[in-house]
Amino acid sequence: MPKITYIEHGGKEHVVEVTAGLTVMEGARDNGIPGIEADCGGACACSTCHVYVDPAWMDLLPAKEPMEEDMLDFAYAPDPLRSRLTCQIKVTDALDGLVVQMPEKQI
Amino acid sequence: MSGIVVIGAGQAGASLVARLRGVGYGGQLTLIGAEPVPPYQRPPLSKAYLKGDMDPERLFVRPKNFYADNGIDLRLGQWVSDIDPAAKTLKVGGDVLAYSQLALTTGSIPRRLPARIGGSLGGVYVMRGLADIDAMAPEFVEGRRLLIVGGGYVGLEAAAVATSLGLEVTLIEAAPRILQRVASAATADYFRKLHTDHGVRVLESTKLDHLLGDDRVRAAVLADGREIAADFVLVGVGVEPATALAETAGLKVENGIWTDALGRTSDPSIWAAGDCASFPHSSGRMRLESVGHAIDHAECVAQNMVGTGMTYVAKPWFWSDQYDTKLQIAGLNSGYDQVVERLGQGGSASVWYFGGKRLLAVDAMNDPRAYMVGKRIIEAGQTVQPNLVRDPTTDLRTLAPSAIGSS
Repeated sequence: MPKITYIEHGGKEHVVEVTAGLTVMEGARDNGIPGIEADCGGACACSTCHVYVDPAWMDLLPAKEPMEEDMLDFAYAPDPLRSRLTCQIKVTDALDGLVVQMPEKQI
Repeated sequence: MSGIVVIGAGQAGASLVARLRGVGYGGQLTLIGAEPVPPYQRPPLSKAYLKGDMDPERLFVRPKNFYADNGIDLRLGQWVSDIDPAAKTLKVGGDVLAYSQLALTTGSIPRRLPARIGGSLGGVYVMRGLADIDAMAPEFVEGRRLLIVGGGYVGLEAAAVATSLGLEVTLIEAAPRILQRVASAATADYFRKLHTDHGVRVLESTKLDHLLGDDRVRAAVLADGREIAADFVLVGVGVEPATALAETAGLKVENGIWTDALGRTSDPSIWAAGDCASFPHSSGRMRLESVGHAIDHAECVAQNMVGTGMTYVAKPWFWSDQYDTKLQIAGLNSGYDQVVERLGQGGSASVWYFGGKRLLAVDAMNDPRAYMVGKRIIEAGQTVQPNLVRDPTTDLRTLAPSAIGSS
């Protein structure tokens, strides 16, 4: 099972195994990791599952749809090079070792 | 004295108990739900889940072990029959539970058609719980005829799913247009076109008289005498707040369970949050039916149950998925006197509602930028010039409050 590292804004790391096919957001939710709220439950309808992806991993992720791109523009403190919505990232074996970092807050 | 009991294991109940533990409440905590399953997300029920695109396991708000791991006594499939506010006890599943504080997150109940007009015939459904969807899903088979009663968001979402699966869909709305209660004519126009383009027969100003059938529904008779054949019927004519328990407990009810700005009911030991509760808003009171509100209100109430003293300020937002259109709504349009339409790129569009000079709400169709900009403006208590919104050359991002990203 792919291992994903979630790093809270304060620096606390959570390394968990997430079943392939779930999203990175669901991996956080199912493991009780704080900092990813996902109020809409993964419908790309809010921007509260925003994370910064380690740049080394950005190229391995599925490309952003225009919807996600626009939502991210208005997330809290977005970084065009590193920001993603975790509900739009499906976990695959290729993402084993992925590291994501949570922003200070979700809006 | 024995801890906190929360009645109603939907989104609000789940958010409430999670936040209580999150803020360090270490006492006894019980969450009681009438349904046999742990708290789950309702929005996908009328969308991906109905379509068969979502595994039920993914609906759960929290993993199943969350409750035990956090010392939460989750009692499922149990109805609370009685609350005694003087004794601070309640009856559930043959037990009497004592509480020091109680929270009601009982949600809402879909309106049904009366039995005398065929509302209890087989093949007539409402869309509220997992059991409703699991019961109706086998009916969604290509070529079958679905009649939807009610042109609100639930009915429209079901129409989109059904059409995508190859059903023949007729939707009737008694009001002069779909979305009459919740959106402008411009938004209704957008969705009417979207649905008719996909083959849905949308009949507005069309009243149902009664349903026909022996055990199972087979047709609907309209007020004008016309008959519409149907293999099954979905009734989507709104919900009522679930206040029965609160009423038996003698709590004040006013369009839902009455709460103050902190979420406390007329009994100082009892709180309420989510769909079932009304709360102070500007000069009056309001009640909201949305998952965003259920989460925020419940979390606010949880904080207040441990003495935070946080006034609830609603930040209404909603969304709906129909075909390839994502509708996102920021704010509440009630009291609007001006509507501005803005066309975006690639068929996207947004509708901006103003009351006086103030921006009240935005309906954004495949236009997340309009949604997010509108949301930020409304939440910042700011407004925007209608003519700037209307002007297609305006870059919406320049209209966003400067506090973006640092608020």
